[in-house]
Amino acid sequence: MTGQRVDLAVVGAGPAGLAAALAAAEAGVSVAIVDAGVRPGGQYWRSPDPGAGPFRPTTLHHGWRRFATTDARLTDLAGTGRVRRLAGHHVWSVVAAGDHWSVHCLRGAEPRQRGTPDPVTVHARRLVLATGAYDRQLPFPGWDLPGVITAGGAQALLKGNLVVAGRTVVVAGTGPFLLPVADGLARYGARVAAVVEANSPVGFARHPGALLGAVGKLGEAGGYAGRLLRHRVPVRHRHAVLRALGTDQLTGVVVGRLDRAGRVRAGSERRIACDVLAVGWGFTPQLELALQLGCATRVDVDQSLVLAVDDDQATSVAGVWAAGEATGVGGADLATVEGRIAGRAAARSLGAEDVPDDRSTRRRRTALRGFATAMHQVYPVPSALLAGCADDTLVCRCEEVSAGRIRHAVTELGATEARVVKLLARPGMGWCQGRVCGFATACLTARHAGRAVTEPDLRAFAERPIAAPTSLGDLATPPDDGHPDGEPA
Amino acid sequence: MPDLPLSPRTSPTPDLVVVGAGIVGAACAYHATRAGLSVTVVDSGPIAGGTTGAGEGNILVSDKEPGPELDLAVLSNRQWRDLADLPLDDTTFGRAVELETKGGLVVATDQATLDGLARLVATQRAPGIEAVAVPTDGLRDVEPHLTHDLAGGYRYPQDMQVQPMLAAAHLLRLARRAGATVLTHEPVTGFLRAGERVTGVRTPRRDLPAGAVLNAAGTWAGQVAALAGVTVPVAPRRGYILVTEPLPPLVRHKVYLADYVADVASDSAALQTSTVVEGTRAGTILIGASRERVGFDRTVSTPALRRLAAGAVRLFPVLRDVAVIRAYRGFRPYCPDHLPVIGPDPRAPGLHHACGHEGAGIGLSLGTALLVTQGLTGQPPALDLDPFRPDRFGPEVPR
Amino acid sequence: MTHPCEFEILFDGTPLPCRDGWTVGAALTAAGIRSWRDTRHDGRPRGLFCGIGICFDCLVTVNGQPSVRACLVPAAPGDEIRSQQGTGR
Repeated sequence: MTGQRVDLAVVGAGPAGLAAALAAAEAGVSVAIVDAGVRPGGQYWRSPDPGAGPFRPTTLHHGWRRFATTDARLTDLAGTGRVRRLAGHHVWSVVAAGDHWSVHCLRGAEPRQRGTPDPVTVHARRLVLATGAYDRQLPFPGWDLPGVITAGGAQALLKGNLVVAGRTVVVAGTGPFLLPVADGLARYGARVAAVVEANSPVGFARHPGALLGAVGKLGEAGGYAGRLLRHRVPVRHRHAVLRALGTDQLTGVVVGRLDRAGRVRAGSERRIACDVLAVGWGFTPQLELALQLGCATRVDVDQSLVLAVDDDQATSVAGVWAAGEATGVGGADLATVEGRIAGRAAARSLGAEDVPDDRSTRRRRTALRGFATAMHQVYPVPSALLAGCADDTLVCRCEEVSAGRIRHAVTELGATEARVVKLLARPGMGWCQGRVCGFATACLTARHAGRAVTEPDLRAFAERPIAAPTSLGDLATPPDDGHPDGEPA
Repeated sequence: MPDLPLSPRTSPTPDLVVVGAGIVGAACAYHATRAGLSVTVVDSGPIAGGTTGAGEGNILVSDKEPGPELDLAVLSNRQWRDLADLPLDDTTFGRAVELETKGGLVVATDQATLDGLARLVATQRAPGIEAVAVPTDGLRDVEPHLTHDLAGGYRYPQDMQVQPMLAAAHLLRLARRAGATVLTHEPVTGFLRAGERVTGVRTPRRDLPAGAVLNAAGTWAGQVAALAGVTVPVAPRRGYILVTEPLPPLVRHKVYLADYVADVASDSAALQTSTVVEGTRAGTILIGASRERVGFDRTVSTPALRRLAAGAVRLFPVLRDVAVIRAYRGFRPYCPDHLPVIGPDPRAPGLHHACGHEGAGIGLSLGTALLVTQGLTGQPPALDLDPFRPDRFGPEVPR
Repeated sequence: MTHPCEFEILFDGTPLPCRDGWTVGAALTAAGIRSWRDTRHDGRPRGLFCGIGICFDCLVTVNGQPSVRACLVPAAPGDEIRSQQGTGR
């Protein structure tokens, strides 16, 4: 039997998904938690296998107790059969099938590995999409050198394997997320040569209201800053990595000071030797499943394409809710709150009567969303950095498309939007399907076309009718439970 | 009343407004500028943004039965070959648009289908189609990874493939270099008239007066025609294509099952899939072809994807472990009699059509453009236009 | 790394120490190996980048199967890991 039937399928087992699943299960509905990871927690609460070594969660995680409590409750509910925990399930497609949703999954830690189990399909009457986000990247010379990794990648190596990415590390980009990354690396023995932050937290002074609503967030950031001080990690605000150095492997970076407009100040360039650069410019929500279903989107304050949801976290498609980064990047606390609201709303729609009142949860969401908005305003992507992207800078790592070819597609071939640039010059057409270069290609296209980035530009790199690479053999195998998995008859 | 032939001239009012910046509009703009006409292209979206951006780039003669469409395919095939050698920047047009003269291979799974294919081949010879019989034991010399259990097939050396978006973009670029203007993201909202006669189009931004208007709006051509008060029964026929991970050259030809021809010619609205497999310059393999008439429904159909995958693995077992990294959908401009609509519209003098090419628009675009340009400049047409007449469907709109 | 190793895997024939629950990417990183793939156009070296299965830069051949994500695939005793060129096939 490869088909599973539940009231509610929650896609994603990070903070939002776990909260949604627990809220719905506690309201009495049957829930399947479908997640690609082999262990629950998502990117935020990623944890190592016990065999990887001694691990004290508090050294790497914030809010671990909340995770542990939620996880334990879900395990209890799994014992009663009300919750099914489907780890190592990579969803490649979600489709409407009459009165339910069919969630098609590939199985295994890496389903591409030979010998993984057969694909399965979960049939659910309602859906909560809590699909999270991944690091957003900007191209710069040398960013494809081995040793340049994403900030989230460094964090995943550490949280998931207790492996430190390198000996001497520079952490760079923008946003409060850089601090825990640097702190974790320093705690586990790396020399963090610098945190290179394009913006400055001084900007929060302009958002006192947002800070009042989320005082805990400040304490969190302050804690990381204090620890970095103790580890003697220099934090350089208003600086950016301009180039990665090395021929076949990273040997250092060139950083420069930025002015208020995000331009590099002349004469401010200096070298920092390192063997790893961990870089991130905020996050890109993963929306392919929601877009397969036709959910409406909007462009958020941080220029991310996100799902449009109502006060109940309901998407524009009836029967589908969304929570967490997919509805706007805002961190784990906001994701948890949104997940709870979404889970309860989905349960109510299934007829659950004993669902707690949401008023205080909604107030908390408002405060945390306000903080997130302020955060995006304080830590913007300096657009001047992309403007300086030379023709020979690699943009699409998979198809090896340079910035010059993107410019050529616009100025010579007449492309006016990112989707056409993709079709003409192939950025975003390779293995990762634009997950890495999509934002940059959208921004470069808009710049060459002499306009701002639009929702269609971003959508061009967010829509994926197949959300995960699927072997032709697996794709050719229909679910064996005899259930129609296509469109409503 | 026949259209007055247009004469080359230069004036602020172009000789021709082409509605549609897809492959057909691009080819027509290119041909018209070469004939000395001044041209403005207008599209509601970007260039190559509709069906052109969602095809495989077929330039086929093999999949057509003798008749007007095959004649048009032969005419177009010649045009593509001629254009391939045109110098373009530091390369040629053919190389810039990834034109590959690789030929097609049509295979049959059983003797009855092979016999049917043989009969088709026999009828295709007169219009000038070359087809070389390939016996069962010779198939793997032609395509080393083909499955063993096929009855045989035919190789069609004239079949070609092109990267359709690049082709449209470069044709428009050549037209621009010859003076054409391309206006994108500007929908046509109405027609300018002088009595019965069409004298231009209207957009939210401006009036575009012109000597003549060409409707090359692909799957949306029916809506454009309706603005001029005439019916052209073009309907969307949805298709999916699977794209694999990049691979070393594995599939040399465009390879398809003989039942593809029957599916293309079918009038059914239900989902039909017939296996078509081909490699690309980029290293990916494209897998088609599904056909269903479900309007402009953009949601994902897993049954269609599954059937495409199953067909590809059946034909090329080596593909079983190969990853599909992408799927895309398009809406072919379907006409009830499977023939395009080409030429002047007697119901609206000044309006010409070049639309309704279903899944063959890439290949047929250049021949269509030649016929349209001949009509606009008063030259005798290279083919009899009667089968393509815009008013052939009568007053009723068949669906 | 200073951890005692629990088992070994082979990378291009060389034994590497590995621990339970490590991904192949973690084992390669812990051994100081930064790249295990060359790109198909420019032949540029690549290794771990996103670390979470998104970017496909870390593709590697595991027990004869090409283009597996090193950052996701768990290492198992005796695994034969091979660097790969171009398409990996």
